[in-house]
Amino acid sequence: MSLFDVFFPRKPASAAVAKERLQIVLAHERAGRDGPDFLPRLQKELLAVVAKYVAVKEDMIHVSLGKAGNASVLEINVEMPVTAKSGPMRAATA
Amino acid sequence: MGKVIVVTSGKGGVGKTTTSAAFAAGLALRGHKTVVIDFDVGLRNLDLVMGCERRVVFDFINVINGDANLNQALIRDKRIDNLYIFPTSQTRDKDALKREGVERVMTELKKDFEYIVCDSPAGIEHGALTALYHADAAIIVTNPEVSSVRDSDRIIGLLASKSRRAEKREKPVEEHLLLTRYSPERVQRGEMLSVEDVREILSVPLLGIIPESETVLKASNTGMPVILDAQSPAGRAYDDAVARFAGEQREMRFALPERRGFLRGWFGRAAS
Ligand SMILES: Nc1ncnc2c1ncn2[C@@H]1O[C@H](COP(=O)(O)OP(=O)(O)OP(=O)(O)O)[C@@H](O)[C@H]1O
Ligand SMILES: [Mg+2]
Repeated sequence: MSLFDVFFPRKPASAAVAKERLQIVLAHERAGRDGPDFLPRLQKELLAVVAKYVAVKEDMIHVSLGKAGNASVLEINVEMPVTAKSGPMRAATA
Repeated sequence: MGKVIVVTSGKGGVGKTTTSAAFAAGLALRGHKTVVIDFDVGLRNLDLVMGCERRVVFDFINVINGDANLNQALIRDKRIDNLYIFPTSQTRDKDALKREGVERVMTELKKDFEYIVCDSPAGIEHGALTALYHADAAIIVTNPEVSSVRDSDRIIGLLASKSRRAEKREKPVEEHLLLTRYSPERVQRGEMLSVEDVREILSVPLLGIIPESETVLKASNTGMPVILDAQSPAGRAYDDAVARFAGEQREMRFALPERRGFLRGWFGRAAS
């Protein structure tokens, strides 16, 4: 640190902030962009099937396409309602 | 067969038309028969930047609709041999760029010209997609600024998915990054993304750096491609970029601020 820095302490340069923000937002956008466009439909149909057995709401199913090494991984997350009264749920928690 | 170059950016006002004019002029000056087409239907401006606005009789849309033939619409540049300007129409009809018509015109131009430079409109709608569809090479014009970099990334994605080459599963469109309106002084002060930053984020090979320069406005005021101004830093930077495009090696100028005197050098170091 030079004497200059002692008298004029610097904030992180705004360009560095810009770079970091861009890297984060673009990583996100690129992942979404490369995904196949059947994902929203798949999510909807899965919801319909799961809803036959468990009381799930639309925002409780997440379908995404990720990467693990060289393979693409289709990840399906179903959030189970805590108060679910259905058979399979009780069996699982018993 | 001619090579189609699209000058594109996503974001508006970053320097596509300035670049299209400079590039087409630069290629023609190197002896290549070149035509520059304005794809910005409704907002005709290339004619002004090229200084031929009073010579426009027929335009791109007239040719697409079969109301005029190519020879009637192409304007021969008065200063540079081998250079032709293909102006667009000022119609407000967004769908005037009909797919088959554009296809026919491009096929015809490719027979007659070595380079076909397409000045894309801003955005990612019909006009911009039509401009990039036929591209063999793309010059991605980017300013060192967050929204411009993000939009360039978007355009790079579209080149890889929506171009004719992508559709036909041919060799991908050749991509070149052109960083324009660059201020080395501001980069050094940490106020502006650097060439390295932008290159790292977009990972597209760098074709050139065009510095922010008052001479660009002066050139467009008088309807002269800035590359013809040998005194202009931007003009010289465009000349380097065209040379690199043609395969020459040129040192990357204008990446660093010009050193002016002892005091400035000392302060520059102290603050960096
Ligand atoms: N290197 C530069 N230095 C200074 N000014 C510049 C530079 N490049 C472009 N400009 C100015 O920026 C403005 C926009 O340039 P230009 O019309 O080429 O952008 P564009 O991308 O074609 O815009 P649009 O998206 O509206 O078509 C003009 O006023 C031009 O003079
Ligand atoms: Mg323009």
